[in-house]
Amino acid sequence: MDLAIRCGGLVKKYDRVTAVDGLDLSVRRGECFGLLGPNGAGKTTTVEVLEGLLLPTSGEVEVLGMRWDKDERALRQRLGISLQETHLPDKLTVAEVLALFRSFYDTGRPVDEVLELVSLSDKRRTWTEKLSGGQKQRLAVACALVSDPELLFLDEPTTGLDPQSRRQLWDVVLGFKSRGRSVLLTTHYMDEAERLCDRVAVVDRGKVIALGTPAELIASLEDVFVNLTGRQLRE
Amino acid sequence: MRTDPLWQLTLARLRMFFREPSAVFWTFGFPLALSLALGVAFRNKPPDPIAVGVWAGPDASGAGRVLDALRATQGLEVREYQGPSTRDLSTGKIALFVRPRERIEYDFDPTRPESRLAREVVDSALQRASGRADVLPTVDLPVAAKGSRYIDFLIPGLIGMNIMSGSMWGIGYVVVEMRTRKLLKRLMATPMSRAQFLWSFVLMRAAFFFLELPLLLLFGWLAFGVGVAGSLVLLVALSLVGALAFAGLGLLVAARAQNTQTVSGLINLVMLPMFIGSGVFFSTARFPNLFQPFLRALPLTALNDSVRAVMIEGAGPRAVAGQAGLLAAIGAVSFALALRLFRWR
Repeated sequence: MDLAIRCGGLVKKYDRVTAVDGLDLSVRRGECFGLLGPNGAGKTTTVEVLEGLLLPTSGEVEVLGMRWDKDERALRQRLGISLQETHLPDKLTVAEVLALFRSFYDTGRPVDEVLELVSLSDKRRTWTEKLSGGQKQRLAVACALVSDPELLFLDEPTTGLDPQSRRQLWDVVLGFKSRGRSVLLTTHYMDEAERLCDRVAVVDRGKVIALGTPAELIASLEDVFVNLTGRQLRE
Repeated sequence: MRTDPLWQLTLARLRMFFREPSAVFWTFGFPLALSLALGVAFRNKPPDPIAVGVWAGPDASGAGRVLDALRATQGLEVREYQGPSTRDLSTGKIALFVRPRERIEYDFDPTRPESRLAREVVDSALQRASGRADVLPTVDLPVAAKGSRYIDFLIPGLIGMNIMSGSMWGIGYVVVEMRTRKLLKRLMATPMSRAQFLWSFVLMRAAFFFLELPLLLLFGWLAFGVGVAGSLVLLVALSLVGALAFAGLGLLVAARAQNTQTVSGLINLVMLPMFIGSGVFFSTARFPNLFQPFLRALPLTALNDSVRAVMIEGAGPRAVAGQAGLLAAIGAVSFALALRLFRWR
């Protein structure tokens, strides 16, 4: 099977904490895959290892059939990444930020086209510090889309956003997926996973504790989660 | 429609700077205000007259002739006293007290140079007024040496200081702020070249430099008539090498710091010894000989001394080659070290 991401036995230890504890994952090409779990479950660490921003303590990682230690340059050209929190430069306009990010990639989409995609065309001359939370988040995603990536990483893209901003972002992600591209996103909202993801892995304490389509999971998720962790999913 | 990333990075740097009014003031306005204030405070005044007292009471015979003679002498301020003695001499308000009797009596403190000078000036004025003729022909040729004013010393120092603080704050602080805001990490998630990222800061400093230097030079020339005795091209080249040296140091202090407090401390730690010891406001010659080799190794000393040599003495490339070489070496080493040590997330 053609995989966008494959990782096996992934472990990431910090001094005393084991953030990721033997995690296996396969994301198919053209699929939107969700990592669902509470804060501190190891989602962000997992994603940052897959993004090549953290070195794993042990385990295998393959992204788009390539490996970080050998093909970093080529790989970076083909990914779009939106981190959990990034403070884009306050005093640059939306269009200037995108033009800057566009300049790093050999190929990609025109800035105006991407602005249209995330509904920020009317804000192109606005300084990023003047944007609302939802607009900032859409700009962050636009920075990830400007390279026209094959694989998009989104780390909690809608945390803290109002319902309308969330729906706008969902449309952006669904539009991206409809072009046959792959997405890996983290979230702690079940409704977001249900809306966007083809498959979901529930992560807790650095391990996948459940895997399936949203529909499959929803049936059993509440029970599984409470049984395994003793905690409520929607904390 | 892809543009060059180095150009885009540099452009972003410049835009962010010029959209921050306080940064613009500290880079461009502050040095001008400082040189104006110091230039006014230390402007050259005609020498203060020497105050001398004369006993001009009714019992002082011949006081009239003494007063006339002294008032006709340049550089003296003559005060009249009714009594034959005064405390103004011991409190330093006058340098000499003249008591005209049958002989002229001088009260003065021979340990005070000013008093001895006053005695000679007054005595020779009175002797001439009484008919002594000078037998040896002499002529006075006052010297107003170019570049001997304080402002002539100060402007090159301010150029150096401005280049230093502009690079240290404009690079060091900004880089660390990008790190704390996770912007560095975000950029690392793109294929951006790390060297180009660092180069964009160096280029930004070079671009600023071509605004800062003419501004200070023009200001010094218009406000105080401070000229450039040597080659302007050499001056620009030297300051540019200096700007690159401090750009390297700015990157180096920012290489590991995790927050802006740390980097502010580091920047001050690096800059403070040079503010004092590198001859910005006063000559490094005031420090004991023991410190001189150390002071000469400081990049700001090299920059100040060489800029001063070109501006005041009109030194040529050969005379400042050593200092330029030192600056270039500091720049290259610190840039290379920064690239090695840099914490990218």
